[in-house]
Amino acid sequence: MAGRSIEIILSRQLADCLNVPVFIVDPEGNLLFYNAAAEGLLGRRFEDTGEMPMEMWSTAFHPTDENGKSIPPNELPLVNATKNQVPSHKSFWLRSLDGKSHNVTVMAIPIVGRSQEFVGAMAIFWANTTKA
Amino acid sequence: MKVILHGTRGAYPTSTPDNQKYGGDTPCIELIHNDDRLIIDAGTGIIGIDWNQYDPTKRLDILLTHLHMDHIQGLGFCKPLFDPNREVHIWGPGGSIYSLQTRLNRFLSPPLFPVVLRDIPSQPEIHELSNTKIELGPFTVHSSFIIHPGPTLGYRVTCDGKSLTYIPDHEPMIGRTKLYDDDSWVSGFDLAYETDLLIHDSQYENEEYIRKIGWGHSSMQISAEFAARTKAGRLVFFHHDPAHNDQHRSSTFEAFMSKNSFDFPIELAVQGQEIEI
Repeated sequence: MAGRSIEIILSRQLADCLNVPVFIVDPEGNLLFYNAAAEGLLGRRFEDTGEMPMEMWSTAFHPTDENGKSIPPNELPLVNATKNQVPSHKSFWLRSLDGKSHNVTVMAIPIVGRSQEFVGAMAIFWANTTKA
Repeated sequence: MKVILHGTRGAYPTSTPDNQKYGGDTPCIELIHNDDRLIIDAGTGIIGIDWNQYDPTKRLDILLTHLHMDHIQGLGFCKPLFDPNREVHIWGPGGSIYSLQTRLNRFLSPPLFPVVLRDIPSQPEIHELSNTKIELGPFTVHSSFIIHPGPTLGYRVTCDGKSLTYIPDHEPMIGRTKLYDDDSWVSGFDLAYETDLLIHDSQYENEEYIRKIGWGHSSMQISAEFAARTKAGRLVFFHHDPAHNDQHRSSTFEAFMSKNSFDFPIELAVQGQEIEI
């Protein structure tokens, strides 16, 4: 079996220790893990959803701008960090699976390992406000 | 394939009388298959290798897991390196801002050592490894980065249908009480999966580990859990803490084994021990 790269494993261990929401994806953008804080934001446990392809997670939470206009996947920080391997930052709204809307600020960074290999990306979310 | 444990102690060498049972030299193991030999790590244990058993016309390969002092301290005293007619290859972790050669130079140069690496008579060739597979004579070597501070590799060596996995310094989980349920998230899993012999870090007692989380080492409990998850055939507890004498190490091991049950044999590494795989 193909194990995760050590940089991704360590990123998950860091995420496990943080009380801010963290998402981790592989080089193709597949969502590999989100931590307990992100579960609160998304309204669904990682154990229940498991891994998700980019096409699914990038639309499942209905990201919108401040005017309620849908944000296309390519404009999401984590998608941008993954596809273009650059850091990316944005504030927007998302709707969790339990129906709540959250205004979040997201910082996403590519994860480049010791061998200069791009092994995935990580996004850290900051929840600004929540509306029922 | 035969494995000889030339150095089993972690951190620093110790020569006190109460540390003689398990040995005081730092990590070095030797793999032997017919006339072919392979050395992993160059702690002070490398000094005890019987070089008369080596064919001087054959190349010598030394694999390093990482560059912490206890794993390279014997390199400057490794006799074949000072033979100008000897072909020596040193393999170790790449993946740093600085090359492996540059990092080795920090140790093999004044004021820490009188001879600089470029002046060592054998002119060893330095090779960087990452998540790699290489063939060295009859030995197939898989290397993979594992969790330990600084670039650190674990090795799986296969020869004649048998396998050895050597992960002397390893903290497979940090800030957790158990390994992840999904095997793909366990550091070093592929290296150790169904290996015949696993030589693994077990420096700490369980209580001690709690005070030293993040230092890069395992307890006996973590080591055994890792071996059980990877379905290793046999486990050797390695990298003994030099702060614990033989009596302490033995009693800790006996207490651990009396409270736990595993379906594979576990033993404490003993310097000079020869294991046939």
